[in-house]
Amino acid sequence: MTTALEIASAVRDPELPVLTLADLGVLRDVSEADGRVVVTITPTYSGCPAIDEMGADLRRSLTSAGYSEVEVRLSLSPAWTTDWISDEGRSKLAAAGIAPPSRVGPSVAGPVPLNLVPPSRQVACPQCGSPNTSEISRFGSTACKALRRCNACAEPFEHVKEI
Amino acid sequence: MSFDNAYESLLGHEDAHWAFGTGFSEALSGVNREFPADVDKDALAAYCLMLGDDALIFSQRLAEWCSRAPELEEDIALANIALDLLGQARMLLTRAGEVLGKSEDELAYLRDEREFRNVHLAEIDCGPGPGGDFGTTIARLLVFSSWRLALFSRLAPSPFWAGSADPVLAAIAEKGLKELAYHRDHAAQWTVRLGDGTDESHRRVQAGLERVWPFVDELFATHAVETRLPGVAVDPASVKSEVDGVLDAVLSAAGLTRPADTRAARVAGMAGRDGVHTEAMGYLLAEMQHLHRSLPGAVW
Ligand SMILES: [Zn+2]
Repeated sequence: MTTALEIASAVRDPELPVLTLADLGVLRDVSEADGRVVVTITPTYSGCPAIDEMGADLRRSLTSAGYSEVEVRLSLSPAWTTDWISDEGRSKLAAAGIAPPSRVGPSVAGPVPLNLVPPSRQVACPQCGSPNTSEISRFGSTACKALRRCNACAEPFEHVKEI
Repeated sequence: MSFDNAYESLLGHEDAHWAFGTGFSEALSGVNREFPADVDKDALAAYCLMLGDDALIFSQRLAEWCSRAPELEEDIALANIALDLLGQARMLLTRAGEVLGKSEDELAYLRDEREFRNVHLAEIDCGPGPGGDFGTTIARLLVFSSWRLALFSRLAPSPFWAGSADPVLAAIAEKGLKELAYHRDHAAQWTVRLGDGTDESHRRVQAGLERVWPFVDELFATHAVETRLPGVAVDPASVKSEVDGVLDAVLSAAGLTRPADTRAARVAGMAGRDGVHTEAMGYLLAEMQHLHRSLPGAVW
């Protein structure tokens, strides 16, 4: 029998199905004792509508693998940021034509600095690799994505925006 | 290939990839929710309602712009901001409901106007209808998100501030912090774009600032509930200078004038935090609550 951790790690994100929950960094813990599995996940955004579906998918996968008792818990802290997306997850996003986020590191202590102009981040085009791209919209089809355009090949593409 | 309905082709016969399920479970499922010893629980519930109602009511206002913003990208932006705030509201109302013995839905849909604790800034009508304008909505978003971000910065644990002694409130704030920073930047960048744009856009965002400014005073007024929660709540008066600094920086970059400090009328000194609301609130609640009240227990 495959371990509960392996099964939970393979469950896909409902909104970015190229990633598993483990790639996305929302799978925080899987513990197994006496046939009972407790999975802990964290939401990407406070209003993420996919969080219930993640829980349902985890329960479905584990139950069909023979685990009769499955509990899914939510954890809010430490809060998810795009830095939790694994290197493998970043490669999978790029391969699917979605520009992965750059790493932002820990936030500064104290008052959050104001950005009067969008931070100038080099986001390479996932189609042709050109670094010459610009933002079309700060918000995209899901909470975690922005929309960009490549100035070299003219293709629009999605970008998992850094938070 | 033939499908019985349009969704099947998207799903590839596997419903597991459909993000929007039919039942939304409660917002804090499985989070450790013990109350800190010696916390005033009634005050904590009231405080969570205050912060939760701010987010819920403003979320409702922002959602009104969906399909009516000046451009498609902004429809999506305002709806996304509304969604983040709705998520914060769900968690905060759930926390309040643990003390009050009520679910988040009961609190959102079955309370009457006098029981809502949001500030007036969240409820006033800034459009898209005849009561307002996109410039006014951007002005409100700038003020609201700058203020809420300053509060959440202090509620979240960090090397700089201790954070709320209520671990759930602290975790909700930590979660919402980056969202609010993104909202504030969005509003700030729009304020500069409009203020530094054409004569018409400058005029309209300046008018928006004049419209929302009388409601700014309430944001920094210390309420008795906050006084009863030392170490748990943030005294809003303590964030005033930080928020003023942010607003001044944005207005200066945008070439806009900070309106004179005035104060909207109150009833016997009471405002939103005491459950005394403006005329717009009744209409907002009627729209927000009518489905749930007409069809109790309805789900989608
Ligand atoms: Zn390109």
